[in-house]
Amino acid sequence: MARMKFLCDADRCIECNACVTACKNENEVPWGINRRRVVTLNDGEPGERSVSMACMHCTDAPCAAVCPVDCFYTTDDGVVLHNKDLCIGCGYCFYACPFGAPQYPRVGDFGSRGKMDKCTFCAGGPEPDNSPAEYEKYGANRLAQGKLPMCAEVCSTKALLAGDGDVVEGIYKNRVTTRGYGSGAWGWQTAYSEDVPG
Amino acid sequence: MTLLYRNIRLVLAAIGFLIFASVVPGAAQTSNVVDPNAQAVKEQQLLRQHYFISGRGTLADTKSYVIEQPLGRTWRLITGVWMHWIGALVILGVIALLALAYFTIGPMMIEGGRSGRKILRFNTLERFVHWLIVVAFVVLAVTGLNITFGREFLLPLIGPEAFSRWSLMAKYGHDFSSLPFVLGVAIMFALWAKANIPTAVDIRWFKEGGGMIGDKHPPAEKFNGGQKALFWCAMLGTIGVTISGLFLLFPFYWTNILGMQIAQVLHALIAIAYVGLIIAHIYIGAVGMEGGWEAMANGEVDLNWARQHHALWAEREFGQGPAASRQDAAVRAPAD
Repeated sequence: MARMKFLCDADRCIECNACVTACKNENEVPWGINRRRVVTLNDGEPGERSVSMACMHCTDAPCAAVCPVDCFYTTDDGVVLHNKDLCIGCGYCFYACPFGAPQYPRVGDFGSRGKMDKCTFCAGGPEPDNSPAEYEKYGANRLAQGKLPMCAEVCSTKALLAGDGDVVEGIYKNRVTTRGYGSGAWGWQTAYSEDVPG
Repeated sequence: MTLLYRNIRLVLAAIGFLIFASVVPGAAQTSNVVDPNAQAVKEQQLLRQHYFISGRGTLADTKSYVIEQPLGRTWRLITGVWMHWIGALVILGVIALLALAYFTIGPMMIEGGRSGRKILRFNTLERFVHWLIVVAFVVLAVTGLNITFGREFLLPLIGPEAFSRWSLMAKYGHDFSSLPFVLGVAIMFALWAKANIPTAVDIRWFKEGGGMIGDKHPPAEKFNGGQKALFWCAMLGTIGVTISGLFLLFPFYWTNILGMQIAQVLHALIAIAYVGLIIAHIYIGAVGMEGGWEAMANGEVDLNWARQHHALWAEREFGQGPAASRQDAAVRAPAD
């Protein structure tokens, strides 16, 4: 089985936010929730870089470790998913997540959080593949259809890569060798405890 | 000869130029090559400099501008591992100490038995506030401990669906019982703060270990040194859990991710110490002392109990004589 990973090539990202928009559209993500976002570092200064970030589907995921109701699970593809029927919206996964991936719809008064929503690597949830119930809670299950996540599919500069970790790593390494530079695979050290040299 | 010399000069110049040409343009070339990453932000460097990496985003959700905070792994270690050990150690430790006290020292009995005469110790308002706090505290403690220990101990017993339903109720129960708890403690502060100001009498009380050292019970006012210590610890604990709890109840209103993590850890640490303290309080009030329970159950204590544990207070209340006492009805002859 492949080990699915995201890789954002910050030297290619032009901050067009197509990944954010495509994700929201493909998964019918509720208002106020963004599973993916683009953040620009050193904005307006020399050496500015933009990084598209979502759930990195960590090895030994911190969210799963701290969840008080144990609602997370990792698929055979290495995708970290969760069960919204079990989630109580406590917010612990957000404190533990190194990438700020978990999102919560606001319910009720004050800071009450609803059931957590996050990037599923377009792999749905625990319901039967591509069932209406799965779509309503988690969005598309493109992986079950043999497709890759929508965000990476629409990326105009192919900055955002999604797929088998070894393959995306190979593509990125090739680029770095060809062009002679690379600012590294953002988040890989934190998520997978491995670094792709830039 | 001159011609040869000229030729040599020319050849040398040509060689010199060739060497120069081969070196200088090379040098010029390297300085002109654009290295787009020379000034670029580098992840590992940023992580060494900051707790988290943040930049400019375009969403309304400003906390999404933090793209990486590996400190989450530290929080995971503290909350997911350490807190379990600290919590278990504090709770089991306190229970073990109390069990030891029960089996070695045993419950403290009323000296000379009951007199059969009753004296009012806590009026209706005092008891109501106390039990309001009790109910709120038990709800808060049980639902709070569920977040830390439920997954390990309760989930395997009742299954994921039932545990999730219970935990969702527990989450709201925790949030909503915080208000009566804080209100109750505030009223308790207003009622008892004056009587809990430490005095010289308390020093003797502590020196004699609250009656455990020496054979005579040290005198005390309405509250003895131990109770005063409990009172102020409870006040500090309440302030601690309230402030840290407000941060958790209104996530990201006043702070960033680091602040939220600190608030959660402080909340858990203070709460666990508070629970340990209250377990000891329950032991003394319910098991460890004969005649103590009645003070909060119906408000009246035996006169001999009062004279033993709160001699100064009993003297002041009872010394005025039944007829002159403002708590006339409270001090009454035995029913039988």
